[in-house]
Amino acid sequence: MKGPRALLWVCLAAAAVAVALASPWASFILTVALAKGLAALGVALLLRAGLMSLGHALFYAAGGYGAAYLARWLGVTDLLLLLGAGFLSATVLGLFTGAVLVRYRAIFFAMLNLAASMVFFSLVTKLYNLTGGSDGMPLPVPTMFGLKPGQGLFYLTLACVFVCAGGLRRYLDSAMGQGLGAIATNEIRLEYLGISVNGLLFVNYAISAGLGGLGGALAAIAIGHVTPELFFWTTSAQLLLGAALGGAGSVAGPFAGMLLLEGVRTAASQYAPLLWEMAMGLCALAVALFVPQGLSGIVDLPQQWKRAVQ
Amino acid sequence: MLTPIVIDGLSDAALLFLVAVGLTMVFGVLRVVNIAHGSFFALGAYAAITLGLWAGALGLSQALSYGALVLSALLVAALFGPLTERLCLRATYGRGEIAQMLVTFGIFLILDDVQKLVFGVQERQNDAPLSLLGVCNLGGIVYPVYQIALVGLAVVVAFSLRWFLRGTRAGKLVLSVVHDAEMARFSGIDTAKVSVAAFTFGVFLAALGGSLASPITGAAPGMSAEATILAFAVAAIGGLGRVEGAGLAALIVGLGRAFAVYYAPAFDRATPYLVMFAVLLFRPQGLLGVVETRRL
Amino acid sequence: MKPILKAEDLQVAFGGVIAADRVNLTVLADEVLAIVGSNGSGKTTFVNVCTGYIKPRRGEVYFGNTALSRLHPRAITRLGIARAFQIPQLFAEHTVLENLLLAAAARRGFWRPFSAISRPCYLEEAREALGLLGLEGCASQRAAQLSEGTRKLVDIAMALALRPRLLFMDEPTSGVSSDEAIVIMEAVMGALARAGITTVFVEHDMEMVRRYAHRVAVWESGRVVAQGQPHGILHDSQIRESIAGMA
Ligand SMILES: Nc1ncnc2c1ncn2[C@@H]1O[C@H](COP(=O)(O)OP(=O)(O)O)[C@@H](O)[C@H]1O
Ligand SMILES: [Mg+2]
Repeated sequence: MKGPRALLWVCLAAAAVAVALASPWASFILTVALAKGLAALGVALLLRAGLMSLGHALFYAAGGYGAAYLARWLGVTDLLLLLGAGFLSATVLGLFTGAVLVRYRAIFFAMLNLAASMVFFSLVTKLYNLTGGSDGMPLPVPTMFGLKPGQGLFYLTLACVFVCAGGLRRYLDSAMGQGLGAIATNEIRLEYLGISVNGLLFVNYAISAGLGGLGGALAAIAIGHVTPELFFWTTSAQLLLGAALGGAGSVAGPFAGMLLLEGVRTAASQYAPLLWEMAMGLCALAVALFVPQGLSGIVDLPQQWKRAVQ
Repeated sequence: MLTPIVIDGLSDAALLFLVAVGLTMVFGVLRVVNIAHGSFFALGAYAAITLGLWAGALGLSQALSYGALVLSALLVAALFGPLTERLCLRATYGRGEIAQMLVTFGIFLILDDVQKLVFGVQERQNDAPLSLLGVCNLGGIVYPVYQIALVGLAVVVAFSLRWFLRGTRAGKLVLSVVHDAEMARFSGIDTAKVSVAAFTFGVFLAALGGSLASPITGAAPGMSAEATILAFAVAAIGGLGRVEGAGLAALIVGLGRAFAVYYAPAFDRATPYLVMFAVLLFRPQGLLGVVETRRL
Repeated sequence: MKPILKAEDLQVAFGGVIAADRVNLTVLADEVLAIVGSNGSGKTTFVNVCTGYIKPRRGEVYFGNTALSRLHPRAITRLGIARAFQIPQLFAEHTVLENLLLAAAARRGFWRPFSAISRPCYLEEAREALGLLGLEGCASQRAAQLSEGTRKLVDIAMALALRPRLLFMDEPTSGVSSDEAIVIMEAVMGALARAGITTVFVEHDMEMVRRYAHRVAVWESGRVVAQGQPHGILHDSQIRESIAGMA
């Protein structure tokens, strides 16, 4: 099992590098897609526990704004520091919101996350002096140890993807990771094993917020600008559908889902801006009605057949 | 100072109740939280405005725009209710919350673009129902009569719904299915038909809310998302599934928002959510909701 | 023998239904106590209160010197009280082995984000718990696919994997054919005796009570109406009549 999966990852990375080398435009698109994939991975972590967040854009945006504020207030342009600021601000925000929100389930969890993100959206839009209002804020061209990184941002994003995916794989194989699936099927038994369900969800929520922040910061640096749109529910929708389309069953799923979805979004924004939400909606219906495991379910099919034969 | 705030608050509460009542009723009956609720609300508004404007353009009596308000809700319900329930929702019954939320969210996303494609991205408005009734003067401030009448209309909707569910055969049939679907099926009730009917009725309520609100709010892109979130906030504050709760919650949020407009305008849009967070923090089941514990 | 658990004056009501009406009961260390009584007499409610699922309106349960009534189930579990359920509570999408791995991990340090759940020490404990009840054969089956009898066994195995000092079992043999029931009880009670775990079990089958219980407590409408040695209690005609109402 280890062999083919590792090979798949190597092929993916090679393909990504090849495409990125082909044109700066492609490397930009890929950077943003992979950054969003990191955030979608965070959403997938929650899906594993049976929770659907309709407001994960909150952390994605917090990552972007965190980086932007560091640049605006302290004049920092160092890439790693900007990333760290985005990651930290989203994680801290996740610790606060998570402390409250992990007590809710099902539609309450979904809608409270949405409400939290929309409260931030309306405040960020209105508090012009603090946030730049609907104009947003610029980010500087980043430097890395004093060097201008050029395509470095893309490679850094790729590195983040690999480190996070690897770490998450180990996390999901641990008792805590397995406990997430247990939450989805039977919280009561988990409590009767002596485990705090809400405690586990809280840790998981913070991780998922951190991933959102990292992705948001990477994307914001790539784009060079943050706007309140980042907080808007359509962003959350894309993160959720990337995760659901790719499938929460594997760590590769959300990236695959997000690459596909970002491709659709790029095409839609050029040719049919009024069809983008509809495309996402069709994805949602397709996943919910026909392929509950998403793309990773399709990848795992041979394995399932093997198991069925045994 | 107080009187205008209270009047604003009451008429806002009426709108909020109309937004939320369908969502909470459908949850009470089908245990489905319909994220697409706001889309049906918006479609009701768009349909009412379009029908009203047509009636005006054809030179028909302006009073017909009141008929258009109800007719459009019926149209939206007939068009989307059975289709949505049969083709999409039914497949998710018993398959967990995520499938159900994804399906209704997917419908929401699709309808959001359908609205833009059909009705355009401009804001739409039909003043006829508003201007026909004229204005009145309450405590020195001029209000459209329709805005005041809406409060009465919300009360009428609340009581007819109560009467329908508790006092009619059809309503009792629905409640019996809610209470124990297995038992109802056993006693020869076609539960599948009841589900379609109940969901379609929920769509009708959503669309009716939108059409009745449309003379005041108009219709514009983005309306459905706001309606869904507001509807959920009001329903959750009152206790999901509790129609009386939605009424109480609408009053609280409506008045709260009116006060915020006067005293803390930056927070007026955030008020419903802040109230929701505050209430759910201390009463996760909502003001009138009941806690359900699983038996072991 | 020393008391290990003491329930004092417990009261529980659901609306108008009184499910525990001034219940006083002591469980002694190392004994096997059977709880019998008709359906709805409040047996499960008693287990629920002792394990923290329901807060009593009045009264208290002591485990040693610790008052339990304000604790969460998880805190009570960590004190050394485990529970098996009337309706098996499993992680339906996990395999049987994974169910037990989670239990083993829960006991020995769950909060390690980067240490695999299938590490040898957890595996050994999980396999051991499976072995106690003869479940090795279905280790790789998904819990959702098991027969009712096997689900019951896995449910009990999970409680055993916690290595409790006190175990509650709520109707371990209900919903299982009587042939299967004997096999289950033989395996479970043998394992419990070997491990020296004090046991309270709710049971409808008087044969099982006679075989395995050291003491019996009889429930009726939320009250303990009699307790004592199985042969004395089960021969009392009035008590037999009250129990006869049960399924
Ligand atoms: N969560 C609950 N809500 C309402 N009533 C309950 C609840 N749990 C138990 N009851 C009632 O309390 C009484 C005792 O139930 P229970 O303890 O389950 O009985 P037993 O396990 O002896 O069959 C019954 O009348 C039952 O209907
Ligand atoms: Mg019972």
